[in-house]
Amino acid sequence: MPPSTGYTTVFNWLEAKGFRPFLFQEETWKQIGAGESGLVNAPTGCGKTYSVFLGCLIRYINLYPDSYKNKKEAGLQLIWITPLRALAKDIGRAMEEVLQELEIPWKVGIRNGDTPAAERTRQKKNMPEILIITPESLHLLLAQKGYPVLFQSLSLVAVDEWHELLGSKRGVQVELAISRLVHNRGSNDEPAPMVWGISATIGNLEEAREVLLSPLRKKGVIVKADLQKQIIIESVFPDEIEKYPWAGHLGIRLAHKIIPIIQNSRTTLIFINTRGMSETWYQTLLDLCPDLAGAIALHHGSIDMELRNWIEDNLHSGNLKAVVCTASLDLGVDFRPVETVIQVGSPKGVARFLQRAGRSGHRPDASSKIYFLPTHSLELMEAAALKSAIEEKMIESRVPFTLCYDVLLQYLNTLAISEGFTSDQLYAEIISTHCYRTLSREEWIQIIHFVTEGGQAMHQYDDFKKVEYENGLYKINSRKIAMRHRLHIGTIVSDAMLKVKFISGGYVGVIEEYFISRLDPGDVFTLAGRNLEFVLIKDMTVLVRKSTQKKSIVPSWNGGRMPLSANLGKKLRATLNQLHNGNSEGLVELKALEPLFELQARLSHVPAENELLIEQIETKDGFHLFVYPFEGRLVHEAMAAILAWRISRIRPITFSFAMNDYGFELLSDQPVPVDDTNVYELFSPDNLLTDIQRSVNNTEMARRKFRDVAVIGGLIFQGMPGEKKKARHLQSSASLLFNVFSEYDPGNLLLRQSYQEVLDQQMEEARLRDMLQRIQNSRIVIRFPEQLTPFCFPIKVDSMREDLSSEKLEDRVRKMQQQLQ
Amino acid sequence: MKNPVPHIIRQQTFWVSPERCLLWEEENTLIVADLHLGKSGHFRKEGIGIPQSIYKADLQRLMAQLYLYKADRLIIAGDFTHSTANKELDLFLKWRKDFSLLHIDLVKGNHDILADSWYEAAGIRVSSWKLQAGPFLFLHDLKAAADLSAEERSSYLFTGHMHPAVTLKGKGKQSLRFPCFYFTKEYAVLPAFSRFTGGYKVQPAKDEQVYALVEGGLLLLP
Repeated sequence: MPPSTGYTTVFNWLEAKGFRPFLFQEETWKQIGAGESGLVNAPTGCGKTYSVFLGCLIRYINLYPDSYKNKKEAGLQLIWITPLRALAKDIGRAMEEVLQELEIPWKVGIRNGDTPAAERTRQKKNMPEILIITPESLHLLLAQKGYPVLFQSLSLVAVDEWHELLGSKRGVQVELAISRLVHNRGSNDEPAPMVWGISATIGNLEEAREVLLSPLRKKGVIVKADLQKQIIIESVFPDEIEKYPWAGHLGIRLAHKIIPIIQNSRTTLIFINTRGMSETWYQTLLDLCPDLAGAIALHHGSIDMELRNWIEDNLHSGNLKAVVCTASLDLGVDFRPVETVIQVGSPKGVARFLQRAGRSGHRPDASSKIYFLPTHSLELMEAAALKSAIEEKMIESRVPFTLCYDVLLQYLNTLAISEGFTSDQLYAEIISTHCYRTLSREEWIQIIHFVTEGGQAMHQYDDFKKVEYENGLYKINSRKIAMRHRLHIGTIVSDAMLKVKFISGGYVGVIEEYFISRLDPGDVFTLAGRNLEFVLIKDMTVLVRKSTQKKSIVPSWNGGRMPLSANLGKKLRATLNQLHNGNSEGLVELKALEPLFELQARLSHVPAENELLIEQIETKDGFHLFVYPFEGRLVHEAMAAILAWRISRIRPITFSFAMNDYGFELLSDQPVPVDDTNVYELFSPDNLLTDIQRSVNNTEMARRKFRDVAVIGGLIFQGMPGEKKKARHLQSSASLLFNVFSEYDPGNLLLRQSYQEVLDQQMEEARLRDMLQRIQNSRIVIRFPEQLTPFCFPIKVDSMREDLSSEKLEDRVRKMQQQLQ
Repeated sequence: MKNPVPHIIRQQTFWVSPERCLLWEEENTLIVADLHLGKSGHFRKEGIGIPQSIYKADLQRLMAQLYLYKADRLIIAGDFTHSTANKELDLFLKWRKDFSLLHIDLVKGNHDILADSWYEAAGIRVSSWKLQAGPFLFLHDLKAAADLSAEERSSYLFTGHMHPAVTLKGKGKQSLRFPCFYFTKEYAVLPAFSRFTGGYKVQPAKDEQVYALVEGGLLLLP
């Protein structure tokens, strides 16, 4: 078969620029040409955009080989879903360039929260051929009257960074939107639009494709880009290994060691796990190396958007020597000048570490260089584990969410304010998605009942009004309710945020309300690398002035603390095994840690891969039981609660808990009755669910989850940041609603969902069960050390953290270390 | 303690009830605050599906207390209703007929925004912001005490508005919050009668008493 006009056109264009298409790009073009759907697996920075985008153009050229250059207003052809607003601009620019050079008169529109109203109206009247959009904005379009006509001409839906969206409620939003777009056809004869995902490597690529294409009821293809990029990992070592490590101070003390790294590299990204620590790092680097002033910047989620844009622009142009950042720079277009990446503290997972490493070295032949800087000495073990995990491609899976009733309720309301829906047709569409494929008829009826009748009611004395049923169609007629719903489309629920502004004018960023509420006027805090004096709160805005005071409070943001991933945990246990066998050949990190492990072995034990270590230690604080499953803090938290409950059935006893990613502690004022005779039973997977439900934390955890669920499901209305709260009489706290539903409507779907989310996400029940199974098949080693061990020390310190200020903590830890050594 | 307990103020006996009300024994008067009647209805009218049984339960509790003590008078220290009229309030009107001999006094709170005619139809005497009864004075919001005359200020005050709650700390960094009655030497703050209300944390001083409402009973603190 001779090559098609479209292919030749694009190929020649690329050739004229000195490029040749990669194999995976050509393969994608071929599949799109054949009308297939699928998933492209390619890392950032190697032309993944071109694979799907050019495929779409080739197909279009082939459809209209003679007229493609003059065909005006072809209607919406391509929807490009991206998780990040910031990406839209750059992708849009790149696409426009291609279109112009190929002389295709398509327009590219960008639609997200930042799109001005005038532009939106223009798009409504005259839809561009390509729309780059976030999942939230796509749902907003579905909330617009007349949307079915807009999408009729659609030939391809592309989902960029699908690995980021999968395993989140935003991913569920994408699934729902695709189910609507696929079924939105004039007649059944017309073909459904193709669906293409673009994803970095994850553990469950097959499943990722299945989830994405589920509404099409097609298997589809996976196109893999076999581009291997070399990753060089180097650890930053402390001069002396601390035998009693504790989290939170070592990192900063090693800061001087990265100054030469920064100076010897064109541009460096320094990834810090929390916003609070990133502020501290920024200050510290400036103090250590004042020459960096003006060449170093701070980038995190609470910093003013404009400033962040400025930083990103300067990263592109290479004007910045270094940027201290958080996960805020995990995603996004490539910054070519970045040569080096530094990861401070545990990245918690292999995928995240790879993603960050991949932010450096973008030239095709360049390798990615990443430095790992531990925040306590034991973390060096993670560097060794990461190296081996990357070698074996042990990359985490993203587990798709199922049966998110909150997102579904929101979606029903969205459709009800635009075109309305019929029950049978929509049910069929909904269960075509992966997320809701097991949604039963009964549950569907319960959901419809909830949006039309408001759940349980005394009918005579009720004026519930939301979705109304007229002539077979479910619709929302109240403009007020429709308006409020539009403002709340989305699944990202943030804490109440306040804008921070200078009294003299000028915007600094945003900050959690709860942090500010603990400050008094005159207090100085740090935000965006500046010391600010808190003056007053006015109209939901925090007014501040610059402060020259040296001492300031660094806000602690309530960001989610990621637990160690299962894969990295497994690798850590394997790494320990090497140490157990005294085999640290070739691994510099393990070599450096030898003195620490010698002490651990002398006082207690270094567990092999098939062993679980338990330490019982008596101190003046009481009787400690330390357990080290290396399964991440969430699983440990759940396990601690379950274990405490199971032990308390042997003998009435109360505990306090502490945990980190490596293990957990139970502390009591009496000896803990755990020994060889009962320990396997205590770690049994039998009756796990009942025991979880009985352990106290369950309800409290569900209460916390309920907040997001209630906001997404439309029970709680949040004001926009800085906006004066309206509709005061409609406010209620999530905690109150949780009580009300628990007592008066315990079968409520959103309530059930909260408990399910606790099991799936908070307790990671599946992982918990796997762990218990593993423990049953392993040797449990119980030791009774005379004093604290290197393993338990960081957990012990963490348990003191909440009661002490950071300076006092530092003092006390030093004293403890001296006593032990 | 599941039963009401007596609390003596100025030689008069007030029975503190775990049902979130006070009975003034000498005057056979039931005292409540912050019923927020029709709150679930207000939410529901705006499309937020709060289970309505909470409203029914609140009303039934009020009725049960009135039957139990055969009270002659009900004093409400503000926030009787939550917002504008809705059908839930019709149920109250119907219910009111069964208590036609009961005197109801309302000291208006910030949520009491219904038309005068509604209160009239419901047989409720309305005071715009204060109500004197013997040596006692009823207000909705304690802040309004600043506007009282010197003589009035010598009265013992009963107030609402705050929805007071106390935090009880347990072992292992656990803490729980409970609604409470809050008594000082000069004034008392009643818990919100409605269970569909949040709470504002109070920290009692040494010579003050707090009755926390814990699992259907009372817990005297400290």
